[in-house]
Amino acid sequence: MAETQVLEKKEPTFAFGKSERKLLTDPLDDNNPITIQVLGICSALAVTTLMFPSIIMAIAVVFVCAFSSLFTSILRNHIPKQVRMIVQLVIIAFLVTVVELSLKAINYPVYKQLSVFIGLIITNCIVMGRLEAFASANRPWRAFLDGIGNGLGYGVILIIVAFIREVFGKGTFLAGTPIEAKLIGPTGEYFINTAESSWFGWYTNNNLMVLPAAAMFIIGILIWIQRSRNPKLVDIS
Amino acid sequence: MHNNRYVLIFVFIMTTIVALVLSFMSIGLKGTHDRNEAIFNKKAILSSIQDHLGEGVKAADMPDQEVLDIFTNQIEQIVVDINGNPISKEDVEALYKGGLAENIDMAKEKKKDPVDRMYPVFVYKTDSGEKFHIVSVRGNGLWDEIWGCVAIKDDFKTVVGAAFDHKGETPGLGAEIKDNPTFAKQFAGKSLYNPEGEFTSVFVRKGGAVNKTYEVDGISGATVTADGVSDMLYSGIQHYLSYFEKNKS
Repeated sequence: MAETQVLEKKEPTFAFGKSERKLLTDPLDDNNPITIQVLGICSALAVTTLMFPSIIMAIAVVFVCAFSSLFTSILRNHIPKQVRMIVQLVIIAFLVTVVELSLKAINYPVYKQLSVFIGLIITNCIVMGRLEAFASANRPWRAFLDGIGNGLGYGVILIIVAFIREVFGKGTFLAGTPIEAKLIGPTGEYFINTAESSWFGWYTNNNLMVLPAAAMFIIGILIWIQRSRNPKLVDIS
Repeated sequence: MHNNRYVLIFVFIMTTIVALVLSFMSIGLKGTHDRNEAIFNKKAILSSIQDHLGEGVKAADMPDQEVLDIFTNQIEQIVVDINGNPISKEDVEALYKGGLAENIDMAKEKKKDPVDRMYPVFVYKTDSGEKFHIVSVRGNGLWDEIWGCVAIKDDFKTVVGAAFDHKGETPGLGAEIKDNPTFAKQFAGKSLYNPEGEFTSVFVRKGGAVNKTYEVDGISGATVTADGVSDMLYSGIQHYLSYFEKNKS
């Protein structure tokens, strides 16, 4: 233990070289927590009907992931091995409660909309997985970057899925925010009015998109696109 | 391996710190939380009279202060019992902190016998001097509870508007009672009584309203939720009938 600590001190604390950048970018694509590791699927199916709650959820997960990694990494040499996972769980639960209390104070309607899924970040496998696999063996700065990267990797997929589901399911874009745009629908306030347009008269919003099953199809298609584009990911065995 | 004593001390210190920080945060933010929750509930009540709040105003998007102003200036809160007699603030306060109609938890009231329940009424005075009586109803949808507010004109016959919410109806199907504004809009102008003068409440008819005076169109694919709305309106508004009777001028 003493030797490794001496070795670690040689590097600058807040280095931002190639390997650190990789920590941030890898989870966005090659090692995405949702499409490659298939973690955190439950909330990805449940909260992605609208973009705005998905963005809030993504921010919450980035926050929890980054800071739980940071705290676990700072404490990594002091956490007793016997109760390692319980300590990690306490750290995650603490941060999730902080997020929940803050969101309830800042934006109550979104808090109501996300309901149990904020609390369920505790059980999101991405967070615990990164603590076990990375943060408990790496220095705080690197662990922090890894946490942000994985949170973002989760968030990116969440927002892509929510975008597709919202546009085709409800015909809106970012509903519930000041920049809300109504794209396609059967009344005059939509950008493309299907009731009058001669080109889009056949179009109706797809109700399947509002159901969680649609998210599963979309994630499946995303995995397909990603693998066909990147042969490195194809399991040849 | 750390020894047991180290483990115990470590866990003790860590949980104490976490518990302290969280309890301070929770106490510190409690005021904001309560305020947000109250405003959220008030907006839900106001959305039943949305058409009368002003041109293009959406209750859900109203600024918080405006909502509070409407409640202090234009809304009178009454709590009545099954016989339509008002219940005093002290009696309500024994169960619900605050003692006003808005503090009543309909989920708790629903579990009681209808005779013992407290019924909240919000009397809204429009700028032109009209009075709307907003009543709360609660029932069961397909998966879980549904609830809503119905605003009724001073003649105690005509519905002015309604707003619904739900706990876990299917998005795109049953959840349309809340998400699709055209569903709630249909309730405006409906009569609670049929032409023979019998109390019918508003009925959600599968396949489209037959008798337009007291029926609205159902939602395709959401028959159970729609039936739940009909049942909820019938049994919920029925309990207010003696209140209506007493206040008829």
